[in-house]
Amino acid sequence: MTPVLSLRDIQKSFPGVKALAGVQLDLYPGQVTALIGENGAGKSTIVKILTGIYQPDGGTIAVEGRETRFPTAQAASDAGVTAIHQETVLFDELTVAENIFIGHAPKGRFGLIDRKAMEAQAKALLASIHADLEPHARLRDLGIASKHLVAIARALSIDARVVIMDEPTAALSHKEIQELYDLVATLKAKGKAILFISHKFDEIFRIADRYTVFRDGQFVGEGAMADVNEGQLVQMMVGRSVDQIYPKRPAQIGAPVLTVTGYSHPTEFADVGFTLHQGEILGFYGLVGAGRSEVMQALFGITKPSHGAVKIGDEVRVIRSTAQAVAAGIVYVPEDRGKQGAVKGLPIYQNVTLPSLGRTSKGGFLRMAQEFALAREYTQRLDLRAASLDQDVGLLSGGNQQKVVIAKWLATKPRVIILDEPTKGIDIGSKAAVHDFMSELAAQGLAVIMVSSEIPEVLGMADRVIVMREGRIAAEFAGDAMTPENLVRAAVGIEGEAA
Amino acid sequence: MSALLKSREAILALAIALLLVVIASRFPAFVTPGNLASVFTDTSPLILLALGQMVVILTKCIDLSVTANLALCGMIAALMNGAGVPLPLILLLVVALGAVLGAVNGLLVWKLDIPSIVVTLGTMTIYRGIIFLLTDGKWVNAHQMSEGFKAFPRAVFLGLPVMAWIAILGIVAFVLLVNRTPLGRAFYAVGGNPHAAVYTGISVGRTQFAAFVLSGALAGFVGYLWVARYAVAYVDIASGFELDVVAACVIGGIAIAGGAGSVAGCVMGALFLGIMKNALPVVGISPFWQMAISGAAILIAIAFNARGSGPKGRLILKTPEVRA
Repeated sequence: MTPVLSLRDIQKSFPGVKALAGVQLDLYPGQVTALIGENGAGKSTIVKILTGIYQPDGGTIAVEGRETRFPTAQAASDAGVTAIHQETVLFDELTVAENIFIGHAPKGRFGLIDRKAMEAQAKALLASIHADLEPHARLRDLGIASKHLVAIARALSIDARVVIMDEPTAALSHKEIQELYDLVATLKAKGKAILFISHKFDEIFRIADRYTVFRDGQFVGEGAMADVNEGQLVQMMVGRSVDQIYPKRPAQIGAPVLTVTGYSHPTEFADVGFTLHQGEILGFYGLVGAGRSEVMQALFGITKPSHGAVKIGDEVRVIRSTAQAVAAGIVYVPEDRGKQGAVKGLPIYQNVTLPSLGRTSKGGFLRMAQEFALAREYTQRLDLRAASLDQDVGLLSGGNQQKVVIAKWLATKPRVIILDEPTKGIDIGSKAAVHDFMSELAAQGLAVIMVSSEIPEVLGMADRVIVMREGRIAAEFAGDAMTPENLVRAAVGIEGEAA
Repeated sequence: MSALLKSREAILALAIALLLVVIASRFPAFVTPGNLASVFTDTSPLILLALGQMVVILTKCIDLSVTANLALCGMIAALMNGAGVPLPLILLLVVALGAVLGAVNGLLVWKLDIPSIVVTLGTMTIYRGIIFLLTDGKWVNAHQMSEGFKAFPRAVFLGLPVMAWIAILGIVAFVLLVNRTPLGRAFYAVGGNPHAAVYTGISVGRTQFAAFVLSGALAGFVGYLWVARYAVAYVDIASGFELDVVAACVIGGIAIAGGAGSVAGCVMGALFLGIMKNALPVVGISPFWQMAISGAAILIAIAFNARGSGPKGRLILKTPEVRA
């Protein structure tokens, strides 16, 4: 059987990162191919290349054996490649029929849109996928599952040959997921080639015919689902040695600093409990969207939990606002530095002193000398490289911006520091500096929580690891049980020991 | 960034100097110290209102209700004066009332999350409506005001009228507030990156509220100055002046998207408009051209701001520190 779509040796780099280093992917008509890989394996990048949003730096794309290029999203669509995203890209204010036919609506006299024909065709398309939707319903009134159906009807209307489903079940209820599986079967029967991206192993084994595994932007393997088991797939996903050297020092683990019990949120997480000790680095691993950041944001007073208690030392603390969290000695370095971290436009020293203005002012007035002294002390500890502390934070590199944000919190003299994906998107040199510093913080008796999706980082830096899945704590590992296989199994929800 | 701002202020100072040279070439008497002082005095209300507007704009908001607030507080000052309330008490009360009117704006923005342009568009009509309800649309004229009430802003102290001294005092206070207090820093943080401000423990809503209260209190105070100086109070005083106030900020380089700008820029923006208003009639330019020139000044200022604060890209080529 010849593949409908065949990618060979696809390369893609972003400044500082090699996202894809020569991957291959084949999609066959009437078959579901599961694309499997950890966070950051390159799955999203390949989807964007397939849909014409990114251009590969090298390699070939062939549609039915003929080499082609997708310079624009329109070109990909014309070649019959369509994607159904996690957050489906449709128009909320338009009707179902208009969404299905936008860009290629049936035209009547004078080149105007023939509404009747459009709605009739929409109805036929929706019927062919057993979707019970009114063509003239407004999209904003529909649920996510129905929106997926509209997206799929749209794919059929442009006679797509390849349908990419990027975690389509992430936001669906159990019943809706069953309906989606039926739909996948319908599409298979129509001879469509389906690329199915999912983190859920039960789902992959249920509906996929073939698999392709990526790891760190590289192709690892492919084959028929019938020929593999879960253990082998996990092995392929994580099968690398923890070869990077992490500056983890043996920590002197002391008394409990932070005790969280029964922590729950109405929609994001439930029954999260853990204890963090002085001098400890506690890793939080999980897939993107497992609820790790949400727990941390609640601990920092950004969102409000519905249940649960937080103890600092032996003292129960109520945290309903960020100010209370800082007063309790908990600080949080967010994942999205650009948006949530540094205030661009303000100079470095003002960013550092922002939460500590009470200490750098006297009689209600800020004292610049004090501010500079404080900023200098903490930025030097972090080995920040900047021309001057008067420099705009926005002009620093990602790693240095991260240092400014960390310096800002260290200046408040916290007891617990939460680092959310501390090295995401920063270069290797700065990464090492952040790791080194994290180690030093722990050695100085600070309690550190590190939320990370990078297994080597978690294994290299953490004393203990808590794995979260779907808003709950799935497992906790320490010592020899901290292996890549165990983490991934817990994160994706496979029971039992590693093969 | 600060170097850029400084240079932007330098450009504005240069523009003002150029303006004065052009005017002086046709009408030398305009640039005598005495006349410049009177231009400054005349511009004082605009300066004070622009300072209040500046902190509001710094927090990504806008206060269109300033002049309605001014008119209402001015009217109440005139009515209190008619009822025999002593002047110091009147001053205290108009500032408090202005602050309350500003607080109404601030609360609506903070607690109900309504965009400030909508809130203040609504309250500006309400505040003017209240004046009508209070007076049935009647004017309070000069002969109904006590001499002391009218004389205070014009009283000369160390060679300058009290009005001008109040503007100078306002400028000094705002320089300190904006540059040297935690609240001033919060204005910039909230406007510069509201998300980060939240993650730093600064309440965006409360900071915006504080800005509106400040703007309101100043508007209330200027309400008295305005009514006393022009010796008349009625529903429509200073109507439309709010646009001059916003224009002064924009010309002065206060970023309309929030988070950037300085007191010096704001004051120079107000002075620029004030000089034009005073000079153009003297030079013999029709009022219609005055409007066109003011408009052009705003657009030029915006173009400068856009050029200065545009996206800088990722600075890919300037990465020695990244490689280090």
